[in-house]
Amino acid sequence: MIDNVLSVKNLSISFTENNKVKKVLHNSSFSIKRGTTLSLVGESGSGKSITSLAIVSLLPKNAVLKGSIIFNQNELTNLNEVELQKIRGNKISFIFQEPMTSLNPLHTIEKQIGESLSFHQNLFGQARKFKVLELLKKVKISNPETRLLDYPHQLSGGQKQRVMIAMALANKPDLLIADEPTTSLDITIEKEIISLLMEIKKTENMSIIFITHNLRVVREISDEVCVMQNGKIIERGITNNIFNNPKSIYTKKLLNSEPKGFKAKITSESKCILEVKNLKVWFPIKRGFLKRTKGYIKAVNSISFNIHKNETLGIVGESGSGKTSVALAILKLIKSEGIIVFQNHNLKQLSNIENLWFRRNAQIIFQDPYGSLSPKMTIEEIIGEGLDIHEKHDNNVRHKMICNVLSEVGLEKNMVSRFPHEFSGGQRQRIAIARALILKPSLLILDEPTSALDVSIQLQVIKLLQSLQNKYSLSYIFISHDIALIRSVSDKIIIMDKGEIVEQGNTRSLFLNPKSNYAKSLIYASNLD
Amino acid sequence: MFKSYLIKRRIYNFKSNRRAFWSLIIFILLFVISIFSEIIANERPLIVNYKSKLYFPILNFYSEKTFGGDFKTEAIYKDIEVQCLIISGGNNQCWDEPEIQLKKNSSNSNNEKGWILWPPIPYSYNTINDLNGAAPSPPDKNHWLGTDDTSRDVLARIIYGFRLSIFFAIVVTLISSVIGIIAGAVQGFFGGWIDLIFQRIIEVWGATPSLYIIIIVAAILQMNFWLLVILMSLFSWTALVGVVRAEFLRARNFEYVRAAKALGVPNLKIMYRHILPNAMVATLTMLPFIITGAIGSLAALDFIGYGLPSSYPSLGELTLQAKNNLQAPWLGFSAFFTFAIMLSLLVFIFEGLRDAFDPRKIFK
Repeated sequence: MIDNVLSVKNLSISFTENNKVKKVLHNSSFSIKRGTTLSLVGESGSGKSITSLAIVSLLPKNAVLKGSIIFNQNELTNLNEVELQKIRGNKISFIFQEPMTSLNPLHTIEKQIGESLSFHQNLFGQARKFKVLELLKKVKISNPETRLLDYPHQLSGGQKQRVMIAMALANKPDLLIADEPTTSLDITIEKEIISLLMEIKKTENMSIIFITHNLRVVREISDEVCVMQNGKIIERGITNNIFNNPKSIYTKKLLNSEPKGFKAKITSESKCILEVKNLKVWFPIKRGFLKRTKGYIKAVNSISFNIHKNETLGIVGESGSGKTSVALAILKLIKSEGIIVFQNHNLKQLSNIENLWFRRNAQIIFQDPYGSLSPKMTIEEIIGEGLDIHEKHDNNVRHKMICNVLSEVGLEKNMVSRFPHEFSGGQRQRIAIARALILKPSLLILDEPTSALDVSIQLQVIKLLQSLQNKYSLSYIFISHDIALIRSVSDKIIIMDKGEIVEQGNTRSLFLNPKSNYAKSLIYASNLD
Repeated sequence: MFKSYLIKRRIYNFKSNRRAFWSLIIFILLFVISIFSEIIANERPLIVNYKSKLYFPILNFYSEKTFGGDFKTEAIYKDIEVQCLIISGGNNQCWDEPEIQLKKNSSNSNNEKGWILWPPIPYSYNTINDLNGAAPSPPDKNHWLGTDDTSRDVLARIIYGFRLSIFFAIVVTLISSVIGIIAGAVQGFFGGWIDLIFQRIIEVWGATPSLYIIIIVAAILQMNFWLLVILMSLFSWTALVGVVRAEFLRARNFEYVRAAKALGVPNLKIMYRHILPNAMVATLTMLPFIITGAIGSLAALDFIGYGLPSSYPSLGELTLQAKNNLQAPWLGFSAFFTFAIMLSLLVFIFEGLRDAFDPRKIFK
């Protein structure tokens, strides 16, 4: 088995903190052959990243490591820091999730990539510049000559990730560890980066360990898969076997959690509750001494749509397409132009009392369940806050209402006196839903409500939202970048790009028969089944 | 519980900083003592027993007549004649030969005998003492730290002066924090034009030479404690605006603030309930500078003679006397050590407090 680039045997990692030993990885073994891709799949906290860091001994000081890691016939666990330095960034390279923070903002692209060339290959001056150019061409950055002296902020997210890949390739590594390299990228760019990685793998005969939570990507690229849960490798094998014939319950659950298919159609035609006409959100660009407006950033440009009762409208688009601005504009949280009619009231001409009525009837759930709950308030205070404004109740009734809404979203009643930090992401999102629900709104705007959650939790939250919709005839505006998810939850769909509607219509007909090129590329990139 | 956990953790962190913890204990001890200055250093006795009846001169007014004297004015307890009258129970012979009468009374024991309980330091800050030598007089068994150049007891003046300084600093800090936090909150939360205009106003205000303004006001009006508090607060509130504004500017786009807005929570409530707790840590790091700054400014103003009138027990004035009377080093030493100890204690305490609030600091 000389062909094994890396083999990990019985690797266990534990942390000691406050005299408590916490085991984060149990007896894991896997190996990877030259020129193949191994995916580590699992939900957050399953020990994927810690495994990859352990391979190059980048663990924190309080970590204890047992087992063996053999890389090119060398036992890595016995090496000292100096010897490890020669391997790290040289024979084993890393790509991290966040390209924004992985590049030093004060160095030019040439310097970023050249640094490891100087360190590991003693290249300087013209020779180094030539090599950097060659690498940039390899990762297909447009106009590499002009990019050399650019700084990271001048590049887009996808370009930054390309630069990261160029840095990783600089010393012709045998093994590339990619830790969620495309998670923060838009779906079309994700597609490009992944095909770039696969191409480079072939030409350089390199092995890749691909860490991700995204099953669709795994299926597309990897030869072998390790499914991880709670620091254990649950299942290991050839990709197709795992996907077509999963053995463990967890793998089955994970596969079933992927959003699939279309939403069941609601037949009855009901009354329109929100009508938006020519909505514009323009941010002025001010320049010069007197701060005169020189132009506008058109975050949302002339958008019209309407939503009926008991209906879900999906808004899908890549980052910067203006999805969230639409949501904030409808809720009057940012300034906008155009006509918004909510249940026969023009939102631009509301009296104070009508305004309160509107605030009660339209609610929003945000993306980040950690940021949307005030950390210093108890659950009862958080959920009761809206209640205090819109309805006055004595403490007993109030407490009872809060308990009822908590059980409605699937939480225990005795949680009322706890603080947000004691809850998991999924539970926090339920609390946020409870906060909105207690006011009995008719319109709920969901701004990427599940994108910070693991897939199995995502499925639970989506199911909860759907049962609530059926029970209370709610209307949803569901904003997401995840095409498969949007398809599975919405009746109507809007595809946005650069602040404008590219395509709009019934979900099923739009997906089966997209008209615009952009919609086609988006649907193609998301590998729908 | 998150709240109690946080508080516990902070208290624990503060306690594990030994220097800060002991500084706090010493400071509290000193401050409590100085709060009861009237009992510790006073020219009037704590309790007088006259003809088997108890009198409390530090609380009430008693004329000399009460003790068998001639005047309707307040009894001057320091006078040996008055002391003789009290102890002998109103013996008329006290007017002629008080020393002899006092001695006589201490030897025989009749029922009429009275007594006087003096505070540990039988001088107030403004008691002008009869000295045998010239003022300032060096420390002796009557005046533990000597007297100043108007022959007032230095220790009594320090005890009262310590209280005055701390009280002044606390009031100024309180007023300027309240104004500063409100101004910073309004600027940060609303942003835009309000922010822009207030920023310029603060810049102009901050550039005003506060010392000259105080000197000019001192020349027009009779200076007193509250006037000085107002003048100082007028110029020190800007210190907090920057940090509070920055915190509000950051937090107003937090999702939970947006969520609160979407619920229809009024702005004032959002500012108070959701954002202010975030700004408190930043505020706390600025407080020590305001407190020590206020103490320093008060001392400086007193030193140059534009602060409180000389009837106040001012530490700055003591320093000025020390400068004018270099032949009396006890004045200088007393002033120096009082300031050094007071400011060091405060700095240590706040340093500990700031570290205790720092979530990134790790304590063993």
